[in-house]
Amino acid sequence: MEKKKKNFFRQHLSFTIFLCLAIGVVLVAIFAPVITGGVSPTEGNLIDSVMAPSKDHIFGTDKLGRDIFTRVIYGTRISVTAAFSVVIIITVVGTFLGILAGYFGGLVDAVIMRISDMMIAFPGLVLALAVAGMLGASITNAVIAVSVVSWTKYARLARSLVLKIKDRDFVKAAIVTGSKTPYMLLRYMLPNVITTIVITGATDIGSMMLELAGLSFLGFGAKSPAAEWGLMLNEGRAYMQSAPWLMIFPGLAIFIVVTIFNLLGDSLRDVLDPRSE
Amino acid sequence: MTKKQLGSRLLQMVIVLIGISFLTFLLTSLAPGDPVRTMFAASGVMPSEETLEVIREELGLNQPLLVRYFNWLIACLHGDFGTSFSYNKPVVTLLMARVWPTLKLTIFSTILMLLVAVPLGMLSAVYKNKFIDYLVRGITFLGISIPNFWVGLMLMLAFCVWNKWLPVISSGGDFKSMILPSVTLAIAMSAKYTRQVRTAVLEELSQDYVIGARARGVKEWKILWLNVFPNSLLPLITMLGLSIGSLLGGTSVVEVIFSYPGLGNLAVSAITSYDYYLIQGYVLWVAVIYMVINLVVDMSYNYVDPRMRLRR
Repeated sequence: MEKKKKNFFRQHLSFTIFLCLAIGVVLVAIFAPVITGGVSPTEGNLIDSVMAPSKDHIFGTDKLGRDIFTRVIYGTRISVTAAFSVVIIITVVGTFLGILAGYFGGLVDAVIMRISDMMIAFPGLVLALAVAGMLGASITNAVIAVSVVSWTKYARLARSLVLKIKDRDFVKAAIVTGSKTPYMLLRYMLPNVITTIVITGATDIGSMMLELAGLSFLGFGAKSPAAEWGLMLNEGRAYMQSAPWLMIFPGLAIFIVVTIFNLLGDSLRDVLDPRSE
Repeated sequence: MTKKQLGSRLLQMVIVLIGISFLTFLLTSLAPGDPVRTMFAASGVMPSEETLEVIREELGLNQPLLVRYFNWLIACLHGDFGTSFSYNKPVVTLLMARVWPTLKLTIFSTILMLLVAVPLGMLSAVYKNKFIDYLVRGITFLGISIPNFWVGLMLMLAFCVWNKWLPVISSGGDFKSMILPSVTLAIAMSAKYTRQVRTAVLEELSQDYVIGARARGVKEWKILWLNVFPNSLLPLITMLGLSIGSLLGGTSVVEVIFSYPGLGNLAVSAITSYDYYLIQGYVLWVAVIYMVINLVVDMSYNYVDPRMRLRR
């Protein structure tokens, strides 16, 4: 067992590297208070208002004297948890509904697919904007909003994969020999779709992060005084001329973290689906 | 696509439109905000609760949800999409005023994107696994991971604040004010499309007819531009349709950054001021555009790919 594990990581070196980086990001989120030395991300000293990067504040401070480095580090928490929540919700809901639609067909299929048509006719951010705007701005509502528009992709994917195997002989044989429907769904349909879903989910973490940050940027996500990158960019926008560091560092943070998760997703595809390249 | 198929598509579109509009109605009614209060908050004077109640009654806001929805739906069928609370103008007038700027932005950024993505994608495919391919793939990878609103802000910082070459606020609608919003949009799209062009061209390059043409001594550039490129258009058209659809819906984030007078910007202000009818009108516009473009894309297959015509 020990030996086999070692081989796996050696074999997929790039995946291992990106996995370590992603774990690093998660560790930064967990140990934010330790890394920032106990500085509060939401309270500042007005005496330190809008200071350029220096030894004391390596990323500078904002108008309320809050340390930008601390806020950027704490921002990892919101972005990572929100993006993971969205991806988990949409993969679970989408896969479930997609398998149902594909397996049962008929009315179930028609209803689920028409609903997903409706969601798709709203290009991404638009419905998310509406939901977040209607339910009020909060990071939880932003998660709900993004989930509502994004599950359809997984439903379509799962449905098409189920349709591909539904009429194959081994499935028919299983039904004839008396397998119950829940058993069919769990043991035959789910394993068949899970790999593709996991790959797609992993590659989506980064783009979900971008969408959530975009919502917060527009004021439909995290609310002041939360330390969230999109919100920080929006707050820093007014000080573009006098304090560009307010915008540069949160943006860089989004960029780096999203890149890491995108790379992880891509390398995971190479590991799980060697056919793709 | 046969006439029958077209008919059933149009019917489906109507059903989806009704569903979407009802959903939006439901969402707006569930919202905690009060449009009448928001309306007066802008003017700074808040009348008494009785006066507010009278206005609500006048606007028909006190009727049950379903009654309001059907009134609105019937009015829509007569071409009346309601009046915006916050602008005090007909919704149609407001939307139409924003369509042209958004259309300009869409055309500009799409052309810009194609000028970058097509040559880069082809180059990357032709020199597969050579240095240039790795370079292009690396750049597009970063392009996908970068938040487009941050790109917009950084461009603004570089070209409007540090070097005062371009206006910070793009409300004028002249050529200069279009540059940065289009470039911002084009950067994000180019990254995505370069990869798509690469994949599509690689797929075609592996076909037998390419080998055949090479064996007959057809010049490489001729194979590439006259055979491979037209054939790899099909998957791109589908994607391009979706992108243009979402661009025509307005790109809220970029429009807000540059204060560009497009539909996305209007949508954000409509949502923040609980302007029910304006939101309804906007959502309908987006849904219609999206579905019409989808239909056009599906029909265009007939012309782009002659095999589809024969399959009938």
